[in-house]
Amino acid sequence: MALIGATSKNGARARWALLDFVVVVYALVPVLWIVSLSLKSKETIADGNFIPRSWTLQNYVDIFRTSEFLRALVNSIGIAIIATVIAVVLGTMAAYAIARLDFPGKQVLVGVSLLIAMFPQVSLVSPLFEMERSLGLFDTWPGLILPYITFALPLAIYTLSAFFREIPWELEKAAKMDGATPAQAFRRVIAPLAAPGVFTTAILVFIFCWNDFLFAISLTSTEASRTVPAALSFFTGSSQFEDPTGTISAAAVVITVPIILFVLFFQRRIVAGLTSGAVKG
Amino acid sequence: MSHAIEEPAAPAKKGKKALSEGKRAERKLGLMLCAPAALVMVAVTGYPVLYSLWLSLQRYDLRFPDQREFIWFENYATVLGNSYWWTAFGVTALITVVSVVIELVLGMALALIMHRTLVARGLVRTVALIPYGIVTVVAAFSWRYAWTKDTGYLAQLFASDSDLLTQRVPALAIITLAEVWKTVPFMALLLMAGLALVPDDLLKAASMDGATAWQRFTKVMLPVMKPAILVALLFRTLDAFRIFDNIFVLTNGAQQTGSVSMQTYNNLIKGLNLGIGSTMSVLIFIAVAVIAFVFIKVFGTSAPGSDNGGKR
Repeated sequence: MALIGATSKNGARARWALLDFVVVVYALVPVLWIVSLSLKSKETIADGNFIPRSWTLQNYVDIFRTSEFLRALVNSIGIAIIATVIAVVLGTMAAYAIARLDFPGKQVLVGVSLLIAMFPQVSLVSPLFEMERSLGLFDTWPGLILPYITFALPLAIYTLSAFFREIPWELEKAAKMDGATPAQAFRRVIAPLAAPGVFTTAILVFIFCWNDFLFAISLTSTEASRTVPAALSFFTGSSQFEDPTGTISAAAVVITVPIILFVLFFQRRIVAGLTSGAVKG
Repeated sequence: MSHAIEEPAAPAKKGKKALSEGKRAERKLGLMLCAPAALVMVAVTGYPVLYSLWLSLQRYDLRFPDQREFIWFENYATVLGNSYWWTAFGVTALITVVSVVIELVLGMALALIMHRTLVARGLVRTVALIPYGIVTVVAAFSWRYAWTKDTGYLAQLFASDSDLLTQRVPALAIITLAEVWKTVPFMALLLMAGLALVPDDLLKAASMDGATAWQRFTKVMLPVMKPAILVALLFRTLDAFRIFDNIFVLTNGAQQTGSVSMQTYNNLIKGLNLGIGSTMSVLIFIAVAVIAFVFIKVFGTSAPGSDNGGKR
């Protein structure tokens, strides 16, 4: 269906437009549904209508009034940002070495990080649970940041080393020959070339950390470090709200906003990052 | 990393003779740059894996800590002789196989659309990234409420008088649906990278020789894309096998819809039984290793990154 010859340009365009439309519906309907639920009033929330009959922002007001959600939001943002920064810094160093330097153990490192990328995370939950309890890391920010960094590093290393291999490194030499100091060469020439790759990687890593649920419910027990995805599952049946559907939906929409913004503004980068990092051998 | 430190004196690898000063400095820099990343990865995965092996050989229930005892493989016998474990295993395998097959078909269609559409390519790619990026738990709640009796628009449309999420087969189908919806775009992106490798000339030549669209797809595109398809399948199979979030939110494992990851979580965090929980962890790890081995050895999937020496 994709390869139909140019019978008539307009016919082909119409067919593609139809297929595009199917994709848009596919991707957006579940998202619009949760938005719709979050805007429904308490009386109409169980009416099963896709479009709300009466609109209200009450659910949003409610969640921002509870410390349960606010605290979780702060945890989510803080933990994801710290883990992203550390993973990207460490990943950049390692990826630079993998892309540019020749050293022993390179294949081992690549192999090990591949292994971790495919690792069943639940296999780490039992030992980490026990280790973090004895180290006092259980239910703290570092207790979540550490596993996030670990599982984000393979992603960061792959994506970054794919980007770094495409940088024309001769420019660095050329700049030095023209009299630039190594620091200047790095700042003026290499950093601007590498920045897009690093930024893309940061987005992918952030999405990964933002998304995690298994570690978030296993390695936390209180509001001190519970992130929003974990807190959402505890809204259920909480006596604070009679019917948690509306508040869960509102909280769900709030944590979807950053994802939508990333996707809207950085679509090209995300696609480039995922396709280059994941498949190129 | 420990390997890397142990064998720095293995310069004969590429037949190089004595190392020059510059070479040695390069090696040192390379090791130093990789050390922090490698250390974190080994500390947070390598050591815990060994530790969970050790825990799996003990009777260790946090509710009865004084009964802690080394019992060799008794935990394995307990788990492997337990019908709940095998039910969970069957559920996991079923969801994995069914969802990956559907994802491959839909992902291929989406990849073709994203790659070749003449209209609004940017829009399609942007929109397709939403399921990829959205938090799994959020999407799972959307599906749960969509299928909840009365509340949900899908429930009203398809089954207004019964609660599908409380029946085993429909619940499994909904879990699969949620899993598929979320991961088709990722599959499509991986396949799109393979699609970009198909030379346009080849397609044109085939079309001149009278090949139909279907023939061009199966005879030209699929063979060129085979490595990309296998990598995508490997990634997704391993990922699907650890399914947890969707089940947790949609059914919480009720009506025998729990996966092996759910079982492990329940034993560990709810049951506080570290011995059994660790045993399950090790078994899941073994299952994943077997899947990866089959893909790499039997299907000849090239592990991405395994051969980055001269290729690029």
